[in-house]
Amino acid sequence: MGFDAFAAACCAIPVLVSVLAVRVAYVLCRSGLPPSRSRASGLRCLIVLGSGGHTAEMMNIVSELQKDRFTPRYYVAALTDNMSLPKAQVYEKSLIHVEGDREMIIENAQFMQIYRSREVGQSYITSIATTLRATLHAMWLIIRIRPQVIFCNGPGTCIPLCASAFLLKVLGLGWSSIFYIESIARVKKLSLSGLLLYKLRMADQFFVQWPQLQQKYPRAQYAGRLM
Amino acid sequence: MGDRERRMVFVTVGTTCFDALVKVVDSEEVKQALLQKGYTDLRIQMGRGTYTPSKASGNSNLQVEHFTFLPSIADNIREASLVISHADSGRIFETLRLGKPLIVVVNEDLMDNHQSELAEELAERNHLLCAHPQTLRETVEAMDLNALQPYVPGEAKPVVALINQFLGFPVD
Repeated sequence: MGFDAFAAACCAIPVLVSVLAVRVAYVLCRSGLPPSRSRASGLRCLIVLGSGGHTAEMMNIVSELQKDRFTPRYYVAALTDNMSLPKAQVYEKSLIHVEGDREMIIENAQFMQIYRSREVGQSYITSIATTLRATLHAMWLIIRIRPQVIFCNGPGTCIPLCASAFLLKVLGLGWSSIFYIESIARVKKLSLSGLLLYKLRMADQFFVQWPQLQQKYPRAQYAGRLM
Repeated sequence: MGDRERRMVFVTVGTTCFDALVKVVDSEEVKQALLQKGYTDLRIQMGRGTYTPSKASGNSNLQVEHFTFLPSIADNIREASLVISHADSGRIFETLRLGKPLIVVVNEDLMDNHQSELAEELAERNHLLCAHPQTLRETVEAMDLNALQPYVPGEAKPVVALINQFLGFPVD
C-alpha cells in the first residue's frame, strides 16, 4: 500500500512539474501578445496607486482611458497610504457630471486597500510575516476581482498583485494583460518593481518615460512623458 | 508690504526631514545672496526637521518666516518668485507647471536617492537648477533665471493609444 502510494507519487510529481513548466512557458510566450476575447463589454481593470508621485502619474493615464472600454475600475492602494484613494475618488466623482448616471459610476469604480509587504524601517524578521500576509491578501484580491487588465507604475504593492495574476494565468483560472509604466522619476535605472517585472517578463507592455532608459532596456517602449 | 514689490523665496521640504537644507537657507551667506538677487522675503516650510530657523536675521533685511506645514503648498508656490525645493517629483512638476523658477536641492542623507536622477536630468535640459546643500550659495549667486527653459508637460495619450492598440481596440 505504502509502496503503491510512493510509486504513484513518483509518477505524479514529474507529470505535475512538467505540466506546470509547460503552463509557465505558455504564459510567458503568450504574454506580450494581444488577448483573444469578445469585445462586447468593458474590461475589468485593476489600477494600482501609490504615494510619492505614483498616483499622480497613474491618474494621468486613467483620465485618458476610454471609460466604456475600461470598466469597471478597481483602485488599490496600500493600507497605510491615505492620500491615493481619495484622489481617485475625486476623479471618479467628477465623471458623474460628464456621464450623468450616478449609480452606474459608483458601480463602475471600486476602491480597495492592500497590506504592504514591508514598511520603511521594519525589521527583516517581522518582514517575513508581513510579506506573507501581503502576498495572501494580494492573491485574495486578484481572485475576487479577476482583472482582465492591470495598470501599475512601481509602488511595491504591485509586485504581489502581478505575481498573483501571473499565478492565476499559469493555473488557467483567468487571463490578464499587465501594463507597467515606469515612474518618470526613473531616468537612469529601473525601480526594483520595474526591474522584477521586466526581468521576469511578467508585463505585457512595459513603458519607460525617458529615451535613455529605453536604450538600456530594449524590450521597454518609450512613448513620451506622463507629467 | 506695499511700497516696493515683494519678491518671496519659498523653501519647501514637504513631509520629509531635511535639516541640511533648512540650515543652509538660514545661513547668513545664502540670505545675503538672495538679498543681492533682489528677493525681499524668505518663507521656509520645514516639514519634520528639528532645526528651527532664526526669525531675526543678523544684518540682512530679508524677512524670514517659517512653518512646519502649510495648508496649501500650491498657493505658496504661486505667490513665490523663486522656489527652493527638495527633490520630490510631485513638487518638481507642480512648480514647473506653475512656471516658477526652481532650485532643487538634493538630500544626500537619503539611502536610495533615485530622485536626484530626475532633478539632474531636468537641470541638464535647463528646466530648473540642481544644487546640494553645500553648493546652494554658489548656485544662487551664479543663477540666470532667464536662461531657464519653460517645461512643456507630457501627456498620456500616446501610451494609452499603444495600450488600446495592444488590446485590439480601434485607435481613434
